[in-house]
Amino acid sequence: MISKKRAFVYLAILLASAAVLWQYSVQTVPEGPAVSVLHRGLLTDPESVDPHKARSTQAGIVLRDIGEGLLSYSPTGELVPGAAEQWNISDDGLTYTFTIRDGARWSNGDLLTADQFVFSLRRLVDPDTAAFYSQMIGDVVNATAIVAGELPPEELGVEAPDERTLVIKLERPVPYLLSLLTFPSTFPVHPGSIATHGDGFTRAGNLLSNGAYKLDAWEPGSVLALSRNEQYWNDAATAIDEVRHHVVTQEMTQLNRYRAGELHITGSVPPDNFAQVQKDYADELHIAPYLGVYYYGFNLTKPPFKDNPGLREALSMAIDREVLVKSITGRGEAAAYSWVPPGVDNYEPRRLNYADETQDERNAHARRLLAEAGYGPNNPLEIELRYNTSDSQQRLALAVQAMWKDALGVETTLVNEEFQVLMANMRAADVTQVFRSSWIGDYNDAHTFLSIMESGNASNMPRYSNEEFDSLMKDAAEQVDPKLRRLYLEEAERELLADHPVIPIYFYVSKHLVKPEVVGWGDNVLDYHYSQHLSLAPANAAP
Amino acid sequence: MGAIPTLLLVIVLAFLMVHAAPGGPFDDERVLPPETQAALEAAYNLDEPLHQQLFAYLSGVARGDFGPSYRYRDHTVSELIGNAFPVSLKLGAMAMLVAMVLGVLAGTAAALRRNTVVDKVVMAFAMTGISIPVFVIAPILVLLLAVRLQWLPAGWSGNEGVGRLILPVVALALPQVAYIARLMRASMVDVLSSDFIRTARAQGLGTAAIIRYHALKPAMLPVLSYMGPAVAAILTGSVVVEEIFGIPGLGQFFVRGALNRDYTLVLGIVIFYAALVVLFNLVVDLLYGAIDPRIRRR
Repeated sequence: MISKKRAFVYLAILLASAAVLWQYSVQTVPEGPAVSVLHRGLLTDPESVDPHKARSTQAGIVLRDIGEGLLSYSPTGELVPGAAEQWNISDDGLTYTFTIRDGARWSNGDLLTADQFVFSLRRLVDPDTAAFYSQMIGDVVNATAIVAGELPPEELGVEAPDERTLVIKLERPVPYLLSLLTFPSTFPVHPGSIATHGDGFTRAGNLLSNGAYKLDAWEPGSVLALSRNEQYWNDAATAIDEVRHHVVTQEMTQLNRYRAGELHITGSVPPDNFAQVQKDYADELHIAPYLGVYYYGFNLTKPPFKDNPGLREALSMAIDREVLVKSITGRGEAAAYSWVPPGVDNYEPRRLNYADETQDERNAHARRLLAEAGYGPNNPLEIELRYNTSDSQQRLALAVQAMWKDALGVETTLVNEEFQVLMANMRAADVTQVFRSSWIGDYNDAHTFLSIMESGNASNMPRYSNEEFDSLMKDAAEQVDPKLRRLYLEEAERELLADHPVIPIYFYVSKHLVKPEVVGWGDNVLDYHYSQHLSLAPANAAP
Repeated sequence: MGAIPTLLLVIVLAFLMVHAAPGGPFDDERVLPPETQAALEAAYNLDEPLHQQLFAYLSGVARGDFGPSYRYRDHTVSELIGNAFPVSLKLGAMAMLVAMVLGVLAGTAAALRRNTVVDKVVMAFAMTGISIPVFVIAPILVLLLAVRLQWLPAGWSGNEGVGRLILPVVALALPQVAYIARLMRASMVDVLSSDFIRTARAQGLGTAAIIRYHALKPAMLPVLSYMGPAVAAILTGSVVVEEIFGIPGLGQFFVRGALNRDYTLVLGIVIFYAALVVLFNLVVDLLYGAIDPRIRRR
């Protein structure tokens, strides 16, 4: 017989456990109509929900849900009016006049006005804001001088002659300005909110939205919770009531959560079990060309690659890109024989001179070039290849090392460094010889890829400097006629490719798993997927 | 209180190390135009000489201001730590508790049934728990219990309640259960063969009573000594577990902070950890006193 005291203790433990389990198992069912909630996987936290202080593509995903620029993109990737309902462009291409949408409002009911855009664009270039993308509107009158601190922000070439008219003046024609104005850095911020809350205007609860959703809560490292912004001008067309952007940094964890039914959309797909995913989720896997190029760059400031285009061409030729994209990366990437990726508006990329040769022909050609450069079996070329520490980079580097050895007898030392260290070394251009890098386009125009190769551009990693190229780019910049401009840009790319300052290896693809119950997903080259274009149809869900 | 100078030294060393690492908080593949880089550095006082930055940081810390995070530009370090610590604490404390309870039980059972099947099974389990790393066990648990069987949630965010804790706690606790079981078994075997136990048995006390009143406390002493390293192991193990389950704890923010060169966040967490270790050592000392009267009397 157990004692009374012990019985008491057992009963207490039993009751306590029952209470805990009951808490856990009882689901509180909300009253009222069902609320549709979309669960999306995000790969990192946004730096900020202040459009001027954010920079990453992941931040862009959230910002595009809680804000809207003058223009936006349709589900099929076309430029459409956003906060501006119409615009016209002067004949010389230097003055853009926008009409702000009638009745467009912030989430607190305040009207969206042109002077708010003036305030926001000034804030973008204000050195005190320290915005990452201040140079995005660098062609606007006085923008560069303001960023450099030489002029006050009020001198920026944007004006609001009345509440609904916004005028932007440029120093030179920018044919892709309209697509720039879809970028989150150009989104408006609410001046009154900043005046009241200061830096705290970004807190959930304070943050005002002019987009389809508003920010309800942000748990860093965990989730951003959005709900419908009823004041949004197009709220009637927004199907999904709430969006949860789950911050899940591991691609594998995103896959697991997707398979467990906790995510509708993943931010990416892990490379490791890609083949299995392709087999099991063929209909849900979305692989699409993306505006990004993966390349190996040469350090052009030092030997052996300085002033040695033949040597560079030899190394570039001896890489079998088809093998790389099939066996090493294997997620649907396209071999790159151009610098500008396919799918860019109004542009046909040029191709490397050897693009149509077979790999054997290329290897033979490369050996000749190598010999001409003075290297051969008696004087083997010894070089260093740097890349950031990661399994996928390593595999590719090993493959390229083997290719260069087999075809050319080149001895390549592989050096892997932490990403930040590699960045610092690339910028210093002191110890690097060949380095791995990539470039993701900011907007859908060839300019975003070609401009970084202009002399002195901060992102010009190889330190490429070619007068002819620079002059062609300058000529292109002065063209108002898009057809003429395109010719100049294509010629510039041809010039670039002939010089081989870089070895384009493959073009990126966007990769997502999307549940069948998500309707309205459109693959596009910018990988923009606005939540407001999506809807949930539970009937489509897999049994 | 030798703790304060130690803490100060830790802060200064950490500060110097963090700033010595190549690269900065605003580096990215997209190299910033020089004016933007300059503006950013000015905004965060990164363009000042290092000793000035150190002094500014220390005066801030003295006032309880750990600065803004360089990477999470909308949040302060205090806020991030304040949100992350309870999460890690809950995870770590539960893992520690589970590990202690299960480890002590398993070790005691193995000691009592020495050299029988029970003993061998428990020790075999202990060996696997120690040898298989957390980053192998955790994904297997997730795959089996969350993805295939869907008995438990696969991730943290958006899932309510106790359920989302179970897998991470188990993953974190398993290696510690193994260590503690081994320790407990050895220690219990030792204690059970001592004179005073033989005396108690001779006086007619049953096994259960012997364990509870006489053997448990002394046998637990080695386990208690292991608590320090166990907590350290859980702290470091939590980084992997937090990463795998997407849990917004200190471990995750620490690693992200280091990789992002988020100086203030890393320093804030270092200071926090250092203070925790100091506090914990104090607690362990007190616990010793509570358990072993011989120590108390000193």
